[in-house]
Amino acid sequence: MLTAIIAISALAGFFGLVLGYSAICFRVEGDPVADKIDALLPQTQCGQCGFPGCRPYAEAIAKGEADINQCVPGGEAGIIALSDLLGRDPKPLNPEHGVFKPKMLAIIDEDSCIGCTLCIQACPVDAILGASKQMHTVIAAECTGCELCVAPCPVNCIYMEIVTQDISSWKWPDPNRPAAHTVVSVS
Amino acid sequence: MTSHARLWHFHGGLHLTDHKAESTNLPIADLPVPSQLVLPLVQHIGAAAEPLVQVGERVLKGQLIARAGDHIGAPIHASSSGLISAIEARSVPHPSGLPVQSIVITTDGLDEWTIPSRGSSDPCGLPAEEIRNRVRDAGIVGLGGAGFPTHIKLNPGTRHLIETLIINGAECEPYITCDDMLMREYASEVVEGARIMRHAVHAAQCIIGIEDNKPAAQDALQKALNKLGEFNTRIVLVPTRYPTGGEKQLIKVLTGREVPSQGRPLDIGVLCHNVGTAAAVYRAVVLGQPLISRIVTVTGTGVAQPRNFNVPLGAPISALIAAAGGYTIPHPQLLIGGPMMGLPLPDDSLPVIKTSNCILALPARPAERELPCIRCGECVKVCPAKLLPQELLWHARARDFDKAQDQHLFDCIECGCCDAVCPSHIPLVRYFRYAKTEIWTSEKERRKADIARKRHEARVARLERDKAERAARLQKHRPELASSEAPDVDPKKAAVQAALERVKAKQTTDDS
Repeated sequence: MLTAIIAISALAGFFGLVLGYSAICFRVEGDPVADKIDALLPQTQCGQCGFPGCRPYAEAIAKGEADINQCVPGGEAGIIALSDLLGRDPKPLNPEHGVFKPKMLAIIDEDSCIGCTLCIQACPVDAILGASKQMHTVIAAECTGCELCVAPCPVNCIYMEIVTQDISSWKWPDPNRPAAHTVVSVS
Repeated sequence: MTSHARLWHFHGGLHLTDHKAESTNLPIADLPVPSQLVLPLVQHIGAAAEPLVQVGERVLKGQLIARAGDHIGAPIHASSSGLISAIEARSVPHPSGLPVQSIVITTDGLDEWTIPSRGSSDPCGLPAEEIRNRVRDAGIVGLGGAGFPTHIKLNPGTRHLIETLIINGAECEPYITCDDMLMREYASEVVEGARIMRHAVHAAQCIIGIEDNKPAAQDALQKALNKLGEFNTRIVLVPTRYPTGGEKQLIKVLTGREVPSQGRPLDIGVLCHNVGTAAAVYRAVVLGQPLISRIVTVTGTGVAQPRNFNVPLGAPISALIAAAGGYTIPHPQLLIGGPMMGLPLPDDSLPVIKTSNCILALPARPAERELPCIRCGECVKVCPAKLLPQELLWHARARDFDKAQDQHLFDCIECGCCDAVCPSHIPLVRYFRYAKTEIWTSEKERRKADIARKRHEARVARLERDKAERAARLQKHRPELASSEAPDVDPKKAAVQAALERVKAKQTTDDS
C-alpha cells in the first residue's frame, strides 16, 4: 500500500515537473489557430466583416465569436478554405457584410486632389503616398482594394477600378465550365 | 565527329507520322517585307519591354525600339525600316487572346540597316561576360518555343559547373521543319553559335542532338563541324520518338541523367539550347546583328505550297500564308506550333513573334465529345514525365490542387501524349494547364496578402508607437507644468494677467 502511494506520488511529481518544464520551454505565443485563419484571409483589411482588420476577425473566429462567412473579398473560395481548416460546413457569404466583387484598385484623380491627407490616414496598408497640401497617389502594387479611402475624401476624387486582366495574370479556363471559355474556338 | 554513343530511353512517348517531307522539298525563302510589322512588347517569358520610340518616328532595320523591362527580359529591335505608326494594344499569338501593347511599324520598303553594333571575328577570345552582354543586347530568347531570355541561361553562376552543353536539334513534333532547314542551310552558324555558347559557359563538351529522321541536317552539320575543327562537339543521332525534343527527354536520351523533379538541367551540370538560338547567338556575337527575323515553317494540307520562310519578326501570318500559295480549303484550322502542343489561332492577322516556329493549316475537325475516363491507363504508359495523368485529372477536376501538386503536376511538360492516346477524348493537358495557372495565381495572391499583412502590422505598430511617444512627451512636460503653477492661482487668470502686462509694457514703450 505504502509502496503504491509512494510510486504513484513519485510518478505524479515527475510528470508534473515534465509538464511544468514543457509549459515554460515550449510555450506557444499567441493563438496558433488564429494564425492559421489569418493566413487564409485575403488581408484586404477592409473591415467589411465587422472587425477592424483581418487579424481581429481571425481571432474572433478562433474564439468562436464570429462566423466563417463574413469575409467579403475572400469570397466563396475563402469560406471553403476556412471550412476545410476548421472542419465546419461551408455556408454562403453573409449578404449583411457585402457582395463579392472582382478585385479592385483605388485611383486618385490627381488633378482634383487637394492634399488633405484624409485618405492616407484611412489606408490600412499605407498604400497612399502624399503629404499635406501635396498631391496624393496610390501605390498600385500595394493597394488591396478595400475602398476605405473612398469615403473620407472631401472632394470625391478617389474612385475604384476593376483590375483588368493581362497576359501575365491570365488563367486557363476550367475545361469543366465551357461558358467561361475565353479561348476562341477554331473549328 | 558523329559518334554512335550509347543512348538511353525516356519513359513513354509516341511514334507519330512526322509529315516533315511536305515542307522540306523547297529551300528556305525570304519573306518579302510586309507593309506593316507588329512587334508586341512581350514576346518572351518575363517582364514587358519598355518602348524607346514615339509614334511618327522613323526607325531603321535593327534599331533598338524597346529596352528590356526587368532582370528577366529582352529588348526588341525593328525588323525593317519605316515609320512608327502606332504603339497600342494588339492581339498576339497567346492562348488568352488578350491584346498586348505593341509597336506598329509601317515599313518603307527600303529595308535600310542601322549602323550595326560591333561584331567580332574571334568570338572565343571574348570574355564570357561580353558574350552574354551581346546576346542580351541582341534580344535573343529561346527560339525552341519557351522564349526564355538566353543571356540568363548563359549565366549559370558560380555554384553550377556545366559539363555538357546540349544543342537541341531534335525537333520531334510533326510538321515542324524550321530547325531541320536551319541546320541544312545555316549549318556553320549553328556550329559556330554552339562553340560560342560552349565557350561562354565553360562547358567541357557539346552534344548536338538530332532525331534520325533528319540525315541531311546531320550531314550539313558534320561538314561544318569538320571545317571548324571543333573536337569537343559531337553530333548524336537520337531515335525519332515524340517528345525527344523536350529538354528533359533529350538530356535523358543523350546523357542517361534525369533532371530532378522541379529542378533545372543546371542542377545536373547540363545546359540545353535550341539550334535556332545557337544560330542567333552567332549572328549577335560575330556579326553584331540583333534578333529581327526567324525561320518559320508554313505547312499542313490547308496551304498550297508548304515551305520554310525567313520571316522578319512582326510580319502578319496572312503574309506567310499568301507566300505559301494561300489556302487550299475554305476554313482551315490554324495552329501556331505543331499539332501536339500548338495553339489554335482565331485568325491569320496575328504577327509572327520570336517564339513562333510553325504555322499549321489543317482541315477543321469537329471537336470530339469528351467521355468519362475509363481508367484504361494508356496515358500513364505514354507520359514522358512518368506522371499519372488520370490521377492528376481527378484532382484538377475536383479543384484539389494541393493533391495535384503532390503528384508533381509541375513536372508535366504539356506534350499532349496523354490527349493523343485517350480513348475518351479527354483534353487532359487543358485540365493541367488550368490547374497550373490556378496554383500560380493563388500563390501570387498569397504573396500579395503576406505583403499586405506586413504593411498593415507595420502601420498598426507605428500608430501605437506614435501614441506611446505622445503620451511620454506629455508625461515629461507635466512636472514642469505642475511646478510653474502657483498653488492658489488659476492658470487661466495668470495667462490673462500676463497678457495684460505685456500690452501695458508695449504701450509704455510706444508712448516714450
